[in-house]
Amino acid sequence: MKLTVKDLNSFYGPAHILFDIALEVGEGEVVALLGRNGAGKSTTFRSIVGLVENRSGRVMFEGRDVSELPTHAIVRGGLGYVPEERRIFTDLTVEENLEVGRQPKRPGAPQWDRDKLFKLFPNLGEMRGRPGGRMSGGEQQMLTIARTLMGNPSLVLLDEPSEGLSPKIVEQMVDAILAMKKEGVSIVVSEQNLHFARLISDRAYIIERGRICFGGTMAELDARPDIRDAHLSL
Amino acid sequence: MAFYIVQFLTGLASAASLFLVASGLSIIFGVTRIVNFAHGAFYMLGAYVAFTLTERFSGAFGFWGGIVVAALAVAAIGVLVEMVLLRRIYHSPELFQLLATFGLTLMVEDLVVLIWGPDDLVGRRAPGFKGAIDFFGQNIPSYDLFLIVLGPVVLGVLWLLFQRTRWGVLVRAATQDRDMVAALGVNQKWLFTSVFALGVFLAALGGALQIPRDAVNHAMDLRVIVEVFVVVVIGGLGSIIGAFVAAVLVSELNAFGILIFPKISIILVFLVMAVVLIVRPWGLFGKPEAPARRTPGLTVNPWRPLTMNERLAAIAVLVVAAALPFVAGNYVLTVGSEIAIFVIFAVSLHFLMSVGGLASFGHAAYFGLGAYGVALLAKMAGLPMIACLLLGPLLGLLGAAVFGFFAVQLSGVYFAMLTLAFAQIVWSIAFQWVSVTGGDNGILGVWPEKWAASPSHFYWLSLGIAALAVVILRIIVFSPFGFALRATRDSPLRSEAVGINGKRIQWTAFVIAGTVAGLAGALFAYLKGSVFPDNMGISLSVDALVMVLLGGVETVSGAVVGAIVYKALNIWLVSQTDWSKLVLGGFVVLIVVAFPKGIVGTLEAFLHRRRKSSSAASPVLTSRIETAE
Repeated sequence: MKLTVKDLNSFYGPAHILFDIALEVGEGEVVALLGRNGAGKSTTFRSIVGLVENRSGRVMFEGRDVSELPTHAIVRGGLGYVPEERRIFTDLTVEENLEVGRQPKRPGAPQWDRDKLFKLFPNLGEMRGRPGGRMSGGEQQMLTIARTLMGNPSLVLLDEPSEGLSPKIVEQMVDAILAMKKEGVSIVVSEQNLHFARLISDRAYIIERGRICFGGTMAELDARPDIRDAHLSL
Repeated sequence: MAFYIVQFLTGLASAASLFLVASGLSIIFGVTRIVNFAHGAFYMLGAYVAFTLTERFSGAFGFWGGIVVAALAVAAIGVLVEMVLLRRIYHSPELFQLLATFGLTLMVEDLVVLIWGPDDLVGRRAPGFKGAIDFFGQNIPSYDLFLIVLGPVVLGVLWLLFQRTRWGVLVRAATQDRDMVAALGVNQKWLFTSVFALGVFLAALGGALQIPRDAVNHAMDLRVIVEVFVVVVIGGLGSIIGAFVAAVLVSELNAFGILIFPKISIILVFLVMAVVLIVRPWGLFGKPEAPARRTPGLTVNPWRPLTMNERLAAIAVLVVAAALPFVAGNYVLTVGSEIAIFVIFAVSLHFLMSVGGLASFGHAAYFGLGAYGVALLAKMAGLPMIACLLLGPLLGLLGAAVFGFFAVQLSGVYFAMLTLAFAQIVWSIAFQWVSVTGGDNGILGVWPEKWAASPSHFYWLSLGIAALAVVILRIIVFSPFGFALRATRDSPLRSEAVGINGKRIQWTAFVIAGTVAGLAGALFAYLKGSVFPDNMGISLSVDALVMVLLGGVETVSGAVVGAIVYKALNIWLVSQTDWSKLVLGGFVVLIVVAFPKGIVGTLEAFLHRRRKSSSAASPVLTSRIETAE
């Protein structure tokens, strides 16, 4: 397994947010984490990369327990994270944003550089010197993904990449994610949009009120319309 | 004409050092979000170490090498401070960071006296720049010309460093969103440490380069830090260009102000700063800040008025305190009066800080204004004591109304720096306006009338007023005004959305706090029989902050306990050691790091835990509030 999460519990202050989350991601797999607003998708990702301070449980990445490591060390180990709010460095140019994400090459992981990413996201190549603050939402979303790929990760956590994007940009996003998969990057993508998830994912988990309540292939999910209707708003 | 040009060049030369120090402060703030109060101390250390090295090693190599090595050595000390102290408090509220670095400043002030002695040290002239250049009959020191060139050179080097290196890109990214930088695999710890080292290096270099121009002394830290605060506030915190432009502006204002308005030269700069802040609160080159993080008063345990039993206990304590004159001698009663006065002062700041969420670093200004108000009324107008006690604090009210209006336009560190600067203005006026205030000699002979003159009577008077002040402020905390003030503190946006005029509420709180502080100052003038500019100095402002902190920022009336413990300790300490600043500074750092809840806060947390475990009340409500953030 690429990534195994076991018994993950998280807290914000005294509030218990995640309850015994368990996830598995295989080599080269795209796995969707589905759930409504506030179900705990972002918190799950933030907990995996160590951005939630108060957490317990085990996160095994490439056979190594990373749950005690600080965020930067987890990311350097090859576990990339693309946050939901994009968090582009607005004062920095496109190229400088990519530079912040750059990490040394990692044996065994797909490798990326500027030119390769500009091929994957042609829009970005046309605005290399533009400050991040003066880009559209879709372009910023492309840039956050490209920025994380500059770290040559072997697995990427993608937090709601389709949120707030126009249908045309969503199409590009689907292509980009499939291209990443083809390169060999394992991906966990959180989504509210089942349609979008279906286009890219091999398997899916459903999270509701901080608990995983379904895990299986997309076909298995389609065979259970009751679960789909109970936990996802369509 | 030539004279004015020379004056202009002198201003530019002074700007160089100021720019070095200010840019260092700005860079550190940009990334770590810490306003490094100890920056002036590093500047001073740079000057002292450079003095020693340049005296020890002769020749041009000894001089220039000495200056660079001094800056590097102080930067190494900075690294140590960052790793040992600052890393523990990066996530604390701003107030704690300001206080910890201020505690450090106090310690360094005593340490340099311990090592280098209390006298001014005059350093060597710079080899190669000893002479002066004749300019239409006016002399320009060639060292000044060197500094004039150095400023833009350093600016250029810093620009290249930040624009052209990976380190610079990372620093600029971290300035904007440091958590995201970590989420991209960058180790923030070392980024912060290297940024801090660079900032301290610049400060120390600024200090070291001053030795051919100025004598080195142990008060240069506070002088420079106030100027640097003014520079970064005008230029915009975090902007290096802003630091450069503002350093030139401030230095030229100083250079020409002394020619054109010699009487108000000190306050001229502050007036310019006030204007800039009104027009662009984030400075000429700065960016509007995101709302501050957690404000100091924000608390998880909701406040509540005292229960009947607790009220009875408080009255019992007051009765015991009032019985002191029957058992104690005159010295103890005088100390008791002083403590009561500082209880008033501390609760007034506590009201502004904990209830209003506004940490003032210049609260002593209003204390001092009250004291001067009384002294002027009693000495010049010859009014009776009661009238003086009632009218004197009005000067504090007036000062708070004027300065508070500007100050509440800002929040967080900007608020702290602005209140500090205002306090310095008031101090400067008291110091410079000799014909009215007596300047450094103060106003003497302000004695209470017969009915209040005996130590026991004065003690009862002080105790009574202190009890009254505490009760009134508590009533305000639990009044509709207090609710509105706390709402504004906890969430300015949401309180505005329910129709609260936040700025006006905060301004009112500022005026209330200033008036109560003025009352404390008025009593203090009668207790000491005199007033001095020191009654409004920075160290008094910091004393008040420490009292509040020691009592507990997150409590309703912890400042009372804080003031009593701190003042008693302080009076005892001054009688025991010559190095009170060293001990005091260490004490401040210790509370911030090890004891941030203060005495009352720690007790409350302990009681709360015990109550919770006995009744097992579910914390559902508080957790809902927390997640809503």
